Amino acid sequence: MFDKNELEKIGQARQNWEDKTLKKTLDKQGEQKKAFTSISGTTIERLYTPLDVSGLNYVECLGFPGTYPFTRGVQPTMYRGRYWTMRQYAGFGSAKETNARYRYLLDQGQTGLSVAFQLPTQAGYDSDHALSMGEVGKVGVAVDSIEDMRVLFGGIPLGKVTTSMTINAPAPVLLGMYLALAEEQGVPWDKVGGTIQNDVLKEIICRGQYIFPPKPTMRLTVDLIEFCQKQVPRWNSISISGYHIRESGSTAAQEMAFTLADGIAYTQACVERGMDVDAFAGRLSFFFNAFTNVCEEVAKFRAARRCWARIMKDRFKAKDARSMMLRYHVQTGGVTLTAQQPMNNIVRVALQTYAAALGGCQSLHTNSYDEALCLPTQEAVTVALRTQQVVAEESGATDTVDPLAGSYYVEALTDQIEADIEAYIKKIDSMGGTLTAIEQGYIQKEIQNSAYRFQKEIESGERINVGQNKYIMEEPPLTNLLKVNMQQGEIETEKLKKLRAGRDQGAWKSALDNLREVSGTSENVMPAVIRAVKAKATVGEICDVWRGVFGEYRPKEYI
Amino acid sequence: MAEKKIKMIVAKPGLDGHDRGAKLLSRIFAEAGMEVIYTGLRQTPEMIVAAAVQEDADVVGLSSLSGVHNYFFPRVVELLREKQMNDVLVVGGGIIPKEDIPGLKQAGVAEIFGPGTNTETIVNFIKENVRK
Amino acid sequence: MDTDYVAEILKGSPRAISRVISWLENDDPRASGCMEKIYPHTGRAYILGITGSPGSGKSSLTDKLTQKLRSQGLTVGIVAVDPTSPFTGGAILGDRVRMGDIAMDPGVFIRSMATRGYLGGLAQATSNAVKILDAAGKDIILIETVGVGQDEVDIIRIADTVCLVLVPGLGDVIQSMKAGVMEIADVYVINKSDRPGADQLCAEVTHRVAQDVEIRARQWPPPVVQTVATENEGIDEMADAIQAHRSYLEQSNRLIDKRRERTRDETLQMIHYELFRAIKAYLSRDHRMDQLVSDIMERRENPYRLMHRMLKNYLRLPESDISLNAD
Repeated sequence: MFDKNELEKIGQARQNWEDKTLKKTLDKQGEQKKAFTSISGTTIERLYTPLDVSGLNYVECLGFPGTYPFTRGVQPTMYRGRYWTMRQYAGFGSAKETNARYRYLLDQGQTGLSVAFQLPTQAGYDSDHALSMGEVGKVGVAVDSIEDMRVLFGGIPLGKVTTSMTINAPAPVLLGMYLALAEEQGVPWDKVGGTIQNDVLKEIICRGQYIFPPKPTMRLTVDLIEFCQKQVPRWNSISISGYHIRESGSTAAQEMAFTLADGIAYTQACVERGMDVDAFAGRLSFFFNAFTNVCEEVAKFRAARRCWARIMKDRFKAKDARSMMLRYHVQTGGVTLTAQQPMNNIVRVALQTYAAALGGCQSLHTNSYDEALCLPTQEAVTVALRTQQVVAEESGATDTVDPLAGSYYVEALTDQIEADIEAYIKKIDSMGGTLTAIEQGYIQKEIQNSAYRFQKEIESGERINVGQNKYIMEEPPLTNLLKVNMQQGEIETEKLKKLRAGRDQGAWKSALDNLREVSGTSENVMPAVIRAVKAKATVGEICDVWRGVFGEYRPKEYI
Repeated sequence: MAEKKIKMIVAKPGLDGHDRGAKLLSRIFAEAGMEVIYTGLRQTPEMIVAAAVQEDADVVGLSSLSGVHNYFFPRVVELLREKQMNDVLVVGGGIIPKEDIPGLKQAGVAEIFGPGTNTETIVNFIKENVRK
Repeated sequence: MDTDYVAEILKGSPRAISRVISWLENDDPRASGCMEKIYPHTGRAYILGITGSPGSGKSSLTDKLTQKLRSQGLTVGIVAVDPTSPFTGGAILGDRVRMGDIAMDPGVFIRSMATRGYLGGLAQATSNAVKILDAAGKDIILIETVGVGQDEVDIIRIADTVCLVLVPGLGDVIQSMKAGVMEIADVYVINKSDRPGADQLCAEVTHRVAQDVEIRARQWPPPVVQTVATENEGIDEMADAIQAHRSYLEQSNRLIDKRRERTRDETLQMIHYELFRAIKAYLSRDHRMDQLVSDIMERRENPYRLMHRMLKNYLRLPESDISLNAD
């Protein structure tokens, strides 16, 4: 960005400063630490100057918002045009209770929905399954059949709101229910908008909600993407997620690298299915974390945007600019929250929100301050949502596009993270691709090593978590925590009993038989799934059909 | 007689997939000289206890972040007792509200370690309280 | 009343099996009395070794093979060995993770075991643990070794049939294996056969087997089977290959020969181990050994003469069997 003469002058001036000004200060008083590192372990220099970004070619590396390589953002006006979608992940107890929370959030100015399903649903079991014991309604809403789905979205027009669903291995089933419900509401599928997580690879890497072996589960993923591309064009057919990778302990660069590597695997699988890259890539969306180190997070988002654009253009020969855009949802960092002095979490979330905004996210979930202790109460969720609104309306972060661009520090960090991402992707390519790298435990081990390093830093006091390993105090426990009805399992079991007794047995059986048959071929499963959910087949029943056809997966654990 | 090693089962009861803590601790227990049997995810209390019996475990460590501790932890203790494994030390950790801890201890869980606990504290607790 | 561990083991009690295995691992003196009493009840089980490089999918294969054996009505004992860290003395025993489907089956007993410094791919207690599972009535005992590649070939001393697991994509597996490792297999298993390079690896192994002078001279040409354990593919073929080897051993009387050799080795080793332990215990008393070491260090005594004297004084063996004549 600077010519050679200018750089030389800066270099001399810098040397001068080091010899005279800096030395004097350092002689008088050393710095607090020998080395400063970011939360990801990246060494941070004392000072960044144009010398650190001397190789940066503005037009090639940064360009302009809304154009390749999208470093500065995916839209030309960013938040001047429209704020990010404020989308709080929510769900607990019954569909009815969760529906009430959704309506409350929409009334409070939230602009999109995000469904947290209970673990049994995510793992493809009905609420009355033996493995669902104790889990029903706990970390998400119990949805076993289309009837629960109908209650969950009662009074909410599916043509107007967009909905995100964190559901991975059984994604086709839940999307099937949502589409069947849209049909009931008279909303045509091409007017239905939203996102489905549908990212099974990261379940194997770190989140644990896998059901089927890698090959068949990838096939279901691609079936869903292909189906949406043809029939539900406004639907983001996958949300390729780094959030959980980061939560598992990765660095910022690893979060981006492994997520983009997953993205490459999905894109490759779709291309191998015979889809044109520009036909589906515009509907690939992403999901990332935001930690408290604002500059590192912003650099991470910018670096990933640039990398993905290049991957799509160079590796997959995409032509449509939309295919090259890294569009993503952000959630603030769950693991950064402390159980100690929980009110401090509000401050953490505010900084993380600020990072997400400065980084250019498309939608955002803010965690609640009580989430290291329990599911959030309504009061805590409200503070979390207000945090987004304060950042959007008051902080000024939304007034200009990519505000931190041109900061020597942020640009240098962006370059460095980009280089780290590229090195990982190269390594994964050399191993034979993402699936092999996962199967060999490479990605898992890299993440665990980072988690281990972080833990050691915390325990040695090298890294500080306020209230946890510094500024500790005695405090009364937080009261008024959200409690989920312990009897929820029995209530749902009762509902299921009625459902099973009351449905048209013939239609139900033939729909499942049809699904079994289709699943054994290479035909797209989605139409058969939709027929089955309309016949009131449950999540567990449909997944059982697939367990029979595909088998179950049990990954090797790498420690 | 050879030096007696502490054998420990580390298990994730229920459907919760958050295993960062369980894996990290497995590594730290092994570094502290223990033999750690990691069972992986989706363990029922019956599976955990079967493993404890077959491995002749001295300690069972349970990790839960999905709010199912009140159901799972006491059930593991109960099943261990049924198998005459009364002297096995059961410890737990995860997202567990303080108000639940007395009940869990009453049920026979020796200690609960919440988020932010120093790992050395956990290792020392086990070494001091394991059956000799 | 004290538990009668022997009777409980013979009844198949998991609690007793597991407790006595712990005694064996810890060199607890209570173990040897038990072993003496259960020995007459051993020798019935068929012993399978599953070995192969780290990451080749041994646990998944063990899991799926066990399911197959169970479907044939056979009970199974599993001993899965993982390495102890030489630095910390601890170990991560992770093989159970892949065996979730069989963990609750009362016809299956799984025991993880750390090497605790023992070389050769097994733990010191492995062979005795196998005997306990045998006496407890398990029809088949599967031993999963630590990853081989170098010298971890002790499994051939214990197992009736050894399956060597190889996978494509881990570099030039065959070349990197030391001489003597490829030869231990009675059955070659190419796992993860859905990966690129599987057919090539299969061809290479087949070729190597056909070319190897030592293997060619055997009456049993080791078959090569392809599996994808995670997808349950090729497990029937693997089980068939093992059964074929077993039939061959039984019909050719090789099984008797093999077990005779094993009994000889094992007996000698036990005597060696116990003798060493006893002499060491004796010499350690009253600092005798310290004194002897000082004598040797100062060249008042030499270790050769000392050894000879020890053998002569404490073992009532004919003079001609004591080979060294230092005097």
